[in-house]
Amino acid sequence: MKLLRNLLKSPMFVIGAVLFFGTILFAIFAPFFIDLKTAMDRVGGQYLEPSGSFWLGTDDLGRDYVKLLLQGLRSSLYVGFLAGVLATTVGTLVGIYGGFKGGIIDDILNMFTNLFIVIPSFVVLILVSASLEQGRSLTIIALLIGATTWPWTARSVRAQASSLKSRDHISLARINGANTLQIIYKHILPYLASYVFMVFIMQVASGILSESAISMIGLGPMDNVSLGVILNQAKNAGALGDGIWWGIFPASIIITVIVFALFLINNSMEGVFNPRLRK
Amino acid sequence: MLKQYPTLRYILQRGVWYFLTFLVAIAINFILPRLGDRNPVDIMMAKASQGLSDEAVKEKRESFEKEFGLIEVTAEGKIIHDANGKTVKVSGFNQFLNYLKMTLSGDLGKSIQKYPKNVSDIIIEAVPWTLALQFPSILLGWIFGNVLGALAAYRRGVFDRVIFPMALFMSSVPFFVFGMVLVYWFAVVLGWFPAMEAYSGALNPSLSLEFIGSMGYHYVLPFFSIFLILAGGQAIGMRSMGIYELGTDYIKYAKWLGLKETKILSYLFRNAMLPQLTGLALSIGSMVGGALITEMIFSYPGLGMAMLTAIGSNDYTVIQGCTLLVTTSVLVANFSVDIMIGFLDPRVKAGMQMGGK
Repeated sequence: MKLLRNLLKSPMFVIGAVLFFGTILFAIFAPFFIDLKTAMDRVGGQYLEPSGSFWLGTDDLGRDYVKLLLQGLRSSLYVGFLAGVLATTVGTLVGIYGGFKGGIIDDILNMFTNLFIVIPSFVVLILVSASLEQGRSLTIIALLIGATTWPWTARSVRAQASSLKSRDHISLARINGANTLQIIYKHILPYLASYVFMVFIMQVASGILSESAISMIGLGPMDNVSLGVILNQAKNAGALGDGIWWGIFPASIIITVIVFALFLINNSMEGVFNPRLRK
Repeated sequence: MLKQYPTLRYILQRGVWYFLTFLVAIAINFILPRLGDRNPVDIMMAKASQGLSDEAVKEKRESFEKEFGLIEVTAEGKIIHDANGKTVKVSGFNQFLNYLKMTLSGDLGKSIQKYPKNVSDIIIEAVPWTLALQFPSILLGWIFGNVLGALAAYRRGVFDRVIFPMALFMSSVPFFVFGMVLVYWFAVVLGWFPAMEAYSGALNPSLSLEFIGSMGYHYVLPFFSIFLILAGGQAIGMRSMGIYELGTDYIKYAKWLGLKETKILSYLFRNAMLPQLTGLALSIGSMVGGALITEMIFSYPGLGMAMLTAIGSNDYTVIQGCTLLVTTSVLVANFSVDIMIGFLDPRVKAGMQMGGK
């Protein structure tokens, strides 16, 4: 609670949190007012300028951008969260195990972690996505992103866990007969919670970024519209060269705002946990 | 072994490690495409088999399969048939060994779409452009970002309050979004700079002054779109490190001694530099990825564009060649940073174990 009060004192955190939770609430509740079933329907001419009936204009297939963007926003958030949850879960487990247990299994896990940090994850993403003809779905892309980004979480959690391992209160708990699981659950996780949460925030942001980047180069989901897919279509239809700003900027701004909000939250939390940065 | 030369020992250790990583990267490049449901021979057959008789189709398919090393051949290069007249598949492991042998000798196979053309030829045409764009923009962006971050940490006040949020915002803008903003504003609306390509289409590549001028003119937008975003991210990291270092005893002591500001700043910079270098080693991969997408936005004729074209036309062998080259160069870049750390980090010089990696 004290933590939350400290966080609320930081204007950066408040702005970030309001932006991010506002976006989430909008993505959840807007479909009650805007009918998404007709999102893929042609409703007007090609690239109509924003007007009273189409607030953000129409795309090259005459579809309403408001509906497309809402659908895309929901897809992007879905990918970000799914990838973030997967990467955080796997990374935290691997990190705690490695940092706390040590030994040969830690060496092997650590080797894998370092290996997949230097091998660029977008290379893996491109290779797999390009080899899938059917079934390149939003969920598969999210899982792929999660599967390539967990080493980042594992690496930082491992460092934290191994520095916690030699603290006095852990030794005391051990003397008192607590087993490893109890120690991890009661004496390690609480210390790591805020840290893991921060890494989770970054994983969600990078999940959203990765999805939009992979869709942008034409390897996006085939079963749904995402913000990256919208941008890819606009780019392929020549929206940029023709100066059709409503095809490019709304989607770009939504991606940037979400990521910026997450960065703000992450950075302000770092400021609170690391008092030196606060002064 | 080599106890008296800890730096050399460290470099050798890292070298061996990176070589093993390289082998894993080749294995990944080999295995991942085979997990999917796309087959290069099917793609080529769809194009090549139109209007051919069944017999000719079969022959063509076999010749493609031979080309890609999928079926067994005799020493003279004749296709082996079993008793039923069927071809004999090469086992996955032997395919991998062949792939490894070919890759290590620089042979990346043939393009599927531009069939007899070698993948390595396509890549060699693209690499100079990518190097010319990415190397300076990433390096200068990194340096500029670090200087800015150190200044923000040291000065704080108004300077910090302006630079920090700006850097934070810049670092959350995706590469391709910023590229598109620059194109839209400076090329489409204002018309100051060209939006596409690396040189004017009216010119032939040559060493003439006119051509080099055109190249420089086309270089501006892609360069800045990588440079500024990278600088933003680095400035944030350096600022945190700098503020952390400012609170340490040696800086306080230096201040009490009344050392000159520039002197203190140089101490600060040196100490905050190491974690930043490690950070660089870790993030080179994603930087190069972002820069490749920037190339695609600007149709810059480098590796990113080659990859985009290949993705658009299902040219799997070219995609594979590009990803392997990108991975390799990221590994080389990482190794170079590690060597630099080896010379800069006193802990390595003293022969102590480095924490973490």
